[in-house]
Amino acid sequence: MSTTALAGSRAPRRSTRRALLTALAVALALVWAFPVYWMLNSAFLDKVTLQRTTPTFLPFGGSFDNFRAIFDDPGFLRALGISLVVTLTTVAAAIVIAFLGALAISRFRFRGRRSFVLALLLIQMLPAEGLFIAQYKMMSGIGLLNNVLGLAILYTAAVVPFTVWMLRGFVAGVPIELEEAAMVDGLSRTQAFLRITFPLLAPGLVASGVYAFLQAWNEFTVALVVMTEEQSRTLPLWLRGFVQASATRETDWGQVMAASAVVAVPVIIFFLVVQGRMSSGLVGGAVKG
Amino acid sequence: MTTTATSPPPTLHEPDPAAAPQPPRRRLPAVLVAPTLLVLVAALGYPIGWQVVTSLQKFGLAQQFGRPPEWVGLDNYRALLTDTDLWVVVGRSIAFCLICALVTVGVGLGLALLMGAVGRAARLVLQVALLLAWAMPVVASMTVWTWIVNWRNGLLNWLLERVGVDAEGHNWLVQPVSFFVVAAVIVVWMSVPFVALSIYAGLTQLSPEVLEAAEIDGAGGWQRLRLIILPLVRPVISIVLLLQLIWDLRVFTQVKLLQDAGGVANETHLLGTYIYQLGTGAGDFGTASAVSILMLVLTVAISWYYVRSLMKEEPR
Repeated sequence: MSTTALAGSRAPRRSTRRALLTALAVALALVWAFPVYWMLNSAFLDKVTLQRTTPTFLPFGGSFDNFRAIFDDPGFLRALGISLVVTLTTVAAAIVIAFLGALAISRFRFRGRRSFVLALLLIQMLPAEGLFIAQYKMMSGIGLLNNVLGLAILYTAAVVPFTVWMLRGFVAGVPIELEEAAMVDGLSRTQAFLRITFPLLAPGLVASGVYAFLQAWNEFTVALVVMTEEQSRTLPLWLRGFVQASATRETDWGQVMAASAVVAVPVIIFFLVVQGRMSSGLVGGAVKG
Repeated sequence: MTTTATSPPPTLHEPDPAAAPQPPRRRLPAVLVAPTLLVLVAALGYPIGWQVVTSLQKFGLAQQFGRPPEWVGLDNYRALLTDTDLWVVVGRSIAFCLICALVTVGVGLGLALLMGAVGRAARLVLQVALLLAWAMPVVASMTVWTWIVNWRNGLLNWLLERVGVDAEGHNWLVQPVSFFVVAAVIVVWMSVPFVALSIYAGLTQLSPEVLEAAEIDGAGGWQRLRLIILPLVRPVISIVLLLQLIWDLRVFTQVKLLQDAGGVANETHLLGTYIYQLGTGAGDFGTASAVSILMLVLTVAISWYYVRSLMKEEPR
């Protein structure tokens, strides 16, 4: 874009400027990527190496011992199981519920539609921190504290507003004329929907599923409040245990980093796959102006 | 789908599923939004209602053990108005939120302009680095950062030693000021990628012709930035700033985990951790509810402009 911005007559100045900016960009890239690198690097190093006064910047002589230790830890396996069940339940419920909701607001004009959309947008803004005490009391009242299903319900409600908002863009992107053409060709409305529209929505369903996955997998705040027992920790709560322990005693940071990497790496891969979709959903309206 | 019962089936014999009556078009939307409404009311609506009611009651430890709560009207709110603890927390939260949001948007804008000014390879490197940081789960980021700032053998103190600061064995989390500097650095590091990439996406929408025309008219780099680029991406900037304000007001995980890692809890509460401590720590649900309502109202007030701008594009 701005490569054309500077006149050619000032070529030498321009190229030094360009080189400086490139160096700056690379330096800043290092700053932002460094903590991720530091996590992976340390995950391969043993306790003795990490306790030296001089940091070790490259994982030479490293091993998978820390990862092995994590996968042998029953606490990790239990937390992994709980996180998987909660996350998959949330993803499934959110996709089904949000899909129906998105269909309603993008394909039908009904009374209360605008209020419904307004409510979704406002709810999406509400901070979990302004609600979690009441959610805690509610869950303890109906006996769903430390319950996987209870947490999944809270998560579903937390992700549904944005998933409806995101999916409705996908539904609106499939022209209704396609469906009508199929109906002219003899398909029923349901058949036309299932055979024509639904396959075209697959990318949207996948993207919103991944969004719900990321939210539920990473969530800390609500889990902290309603999963009060050690037996019912999700992965983020289990990771927190290491942070708490580091306050009072010498910590094996190699294991903590291996644990963090195990939690983070699948998420990073998922995230890179769908990132484009999600961010354009958030600021799409603004960019289009 | 039982709502179709009011419309009589057209055939009495051999009901053919393909020819089954369509639910009346007016009912279908209601059926479709019902699950969304149900889960939102159950998991969010009911707690909000409970919170409003409880904020009007005296609901402390005695009620935990079965004594019925006492109606106190607006007493909880009145008590909050004169509670210096709360106002310190509110002031601290707002200051922290403003500083983090402004720094984030400033740095994000800088990075976005930088991405526009460098070649493709450097831009790609920067974009990938930002995406990596963005993709990190919050708690995983926090374990890495708590290690980096760890007083025993963290990288930060080693680095400071190298540049001549006597930081050996210094614990940055025990003093509120350095605690919040650490927290702000982490929050900004986490939030910049979204802002930078969003503003950069906005920049790529600008037409190169406009910028060329300005250049031909003799506008220098700074003038082009101030008079053309910034006004054109202002809508994106104001939206990301607004979202940052909303998100930074609710910062919880970072503060909670830094407190867990050895920070002083009482002097480092922000709204979220304050409510958490009031509710689960002290068992004072009446006050916790009133503070929660305050936080919700504050959030809705800030988000109102954003929500309204989104609603403008909504067909009637």
